Amino acid sequence: MTMEKIQLFIQIIVSGLALGSIYALIALGFVVIYKATDVFNFAQGELMMVGAYLCFTFSTQLQLPFLYSFLLTLVFSAILSIIIEVLIIRPMVGEPMFSAVMVTLGLSFILQGIVGLIWGYDEHKLRNPFPDQPVSIGGVAISYEHLWTFVTTAILMTIFFLFFKHSKMGMGMRATAEDTDTAFLMGIDVKRIFTLSWVIAAVIASVGGIFLASVSYVKPIMSFVGLRAFPAIILGGMDSIPGAILGGLIIGVTENLTGGYLDHLLGGGVKEITAFVVVILIMMIRPYGLFGTEQIERV
Amino acid sequence: MTVTRHCKTSYREDMKIFQSPSIKVSLTVLIIGLLVFPFVANDYLIYIINLSGIAIIGAMGINILTGYTGQVSLGHAAFLAIGAYTSAILSSRVGLSFWITMPLAGGVAALAGLIVAIPSLRLKGFYIVITTMAFQFIVEHVIYRWDGLTLGDKGIGVPPVTIGTFVFDSGERFYFIILFMAILAILYAKNLTRTKTGRAFVAIRDRDISAEVIGVNLTQYKVTSFVISSFYAGVAGSLCAHHAGFIGPEHFTFFVSIEYVAMIIVGGMGTILGAIYGALFMTLLPEGLRVLSDALRGTFPVLVVRFAALQTVVYGLIIVLFLIIEPEGLSGIWRKIKVYWKNWPYTY
Repeated sequence: MTMEKIQLFIQIIVSGLALGSIYALIALGFVVIYKATDVFNFAQGELMMVGAYLCFTFSTQLQLPFLYSFLLTLVFSAILSIIIEVLIIRPMVGEPMFSAVMVTLGLSFILQGIVGLIWGYDEHKLRNPFPDQPVSIGGVAISYEHLWTFVTTAILMTIFFLFFKHSKMGMGMRATAEDTDTAFLMGIDVKRIFTLSWVIAAVIASVGGIFLASVSYVKPIMSFVGLRAFPAIILGGMDSIPGAILGGLIIGVTENLTGGYLDHLLGGGVKEITAFVVVILIMMIRPYGLFGTEQIERV
Repeated sequence: MTVTRHCKTSYREDMKIFQSPSIKVSLTVLIIGLLVFPFVANDYLIYIINLSGIAIIGAMGINILTGYTGQVSLGHAAFLAIGAYTSAILSSRVGLSFWITMPLAGGVAALAGLIVAIPSLRLKGFYIVITTMAFQFIVEHVIYRWDGLTLGDKGIGVPPVTIGTFVFDSGERFYFIILFMAILAILYAKNLTRTKTGRAFVAIRDRDISAEVIGVNLTQYKVTSFVISSFYAGVAGSLCAHHAGFIGPEHFTFFVSIEYVAMIIVGGMGTILGAIYGALFMTLLPEGLRVLSDALRGTFPVLVVRFAALQTVVYGLIIVLFLIIEPEGLSGIWRKIKVYWKNWPYTY
């Protein structure tokens, strides 16, 4: 192997990790909602897209400084998620899995359509403060967006890991997920926990959306990335936060590797379905994922 | 004590298809109406009804898998695609007759269903949702990329259906093929639900562990359900190909899969009538929306320009509202209205 090939390989791995961080952020939001409310949120990718579009409006259309637009985006997506939770999700709590899944799927359509109605279907460039020139570490170029994505993902992961492990609210969330009725009887404000989990998920998704838009464009097809994050969620285990992160990174790297090395063999576009092939394989071998808990059911 | 029409004294009576003589009469009227319909309606109306007929067959399929057996599938369009492409390729390249390719399309789709069923056997609930979704995207991808077989995004032209020298080249003529197949599909589905297999499906849906305990073979019946459902989808796909005369990958996207799930949600899960109502509703909906957005062209021009977005919002809203407000769907609403009038002036 020549030096160049090794560099190319590392380059592929690094950008795979960056892509994987986005998946990880989406997966993280999904896991938070799932852990607290037992709802499978299909609209996580759309929450991410809405975040990106909000930031685009503030930063590019209204010309606000990036940091302010970033913060405003988080506030607005938090408000949006509260509205969603109260109007759509709360009536579905306790309903069978099918209804809860389909409601979030319907929600994802609503969000997609609203974005289409407001912003249209064109691609937009998100104005961001990251320098265009990538940093070079040992001959491997890493863009600032990627670097920031890593850092933010790492920070968010640590925060939420500690939050669930040690904070009272986090423990309340875990208790609610374990058994909603008992948690309620123990004096945990279940409603607030449900809302909070949606707020957290939406905020995390928006962060992911802003970073994803920084490396590419703000476009409606972004929400598709949310669907591609499902393999990451399954791989990591649906109720595990470290699993979500690791699953995201693995899927991101795998996608990039197959895209880099198998694309010309299989005729292009392999990258887009790698994740789905992987997920079917996981289902056959270890459906509850790397870190997930295997569910034991009783009649 | 007077014995009313609601009073059933045996299971056989309860399971009867024609619960009362009046249903026979109204069904006969309906069939006659359907036979006369193409001679009085215009081309556009026939086109819409043809689409609905195909949708009904497809919806029957997903209803068996999702409505009766409880295995949520987000990959129904993939099975339709497999059926459509099988039929299109066999009739345009090999030159086989539609009457051979249609059952073959069903068969190939059923085979695909068998393959998807295998990883699904250990799984349930959300995992099946993801598996079928993954299958959908993989099939879409293969159709786009396997140029040699599917011609990729250029699509395939499909020759019209013939019997001897008679050519089914207009919507009006094709209508009768669809009508015949739809009736066949409905009858088979209705009868299936009255058999041991149908009851096993429902048992699996309601509580799979209990079903296994009372002796329902989960593997066997889940696979059966997948196979029957995909056979339906394959036939619907084949009809779709020959009806349109042209198919491309854009006809069988993830969106279409969701549309089929929406059909049975809107119509009412796990009922035959529900699948019919839902298929009709979801086929007529875009047309209704088009009329509406044209009417509002003056005040909201954005609705016409971004029609696809409007359609997406409305689909989402319909799914959400039906699930929250009326989970039993249109057939549930219809049943409640009937019960109300039967018992009137009493509440029950």
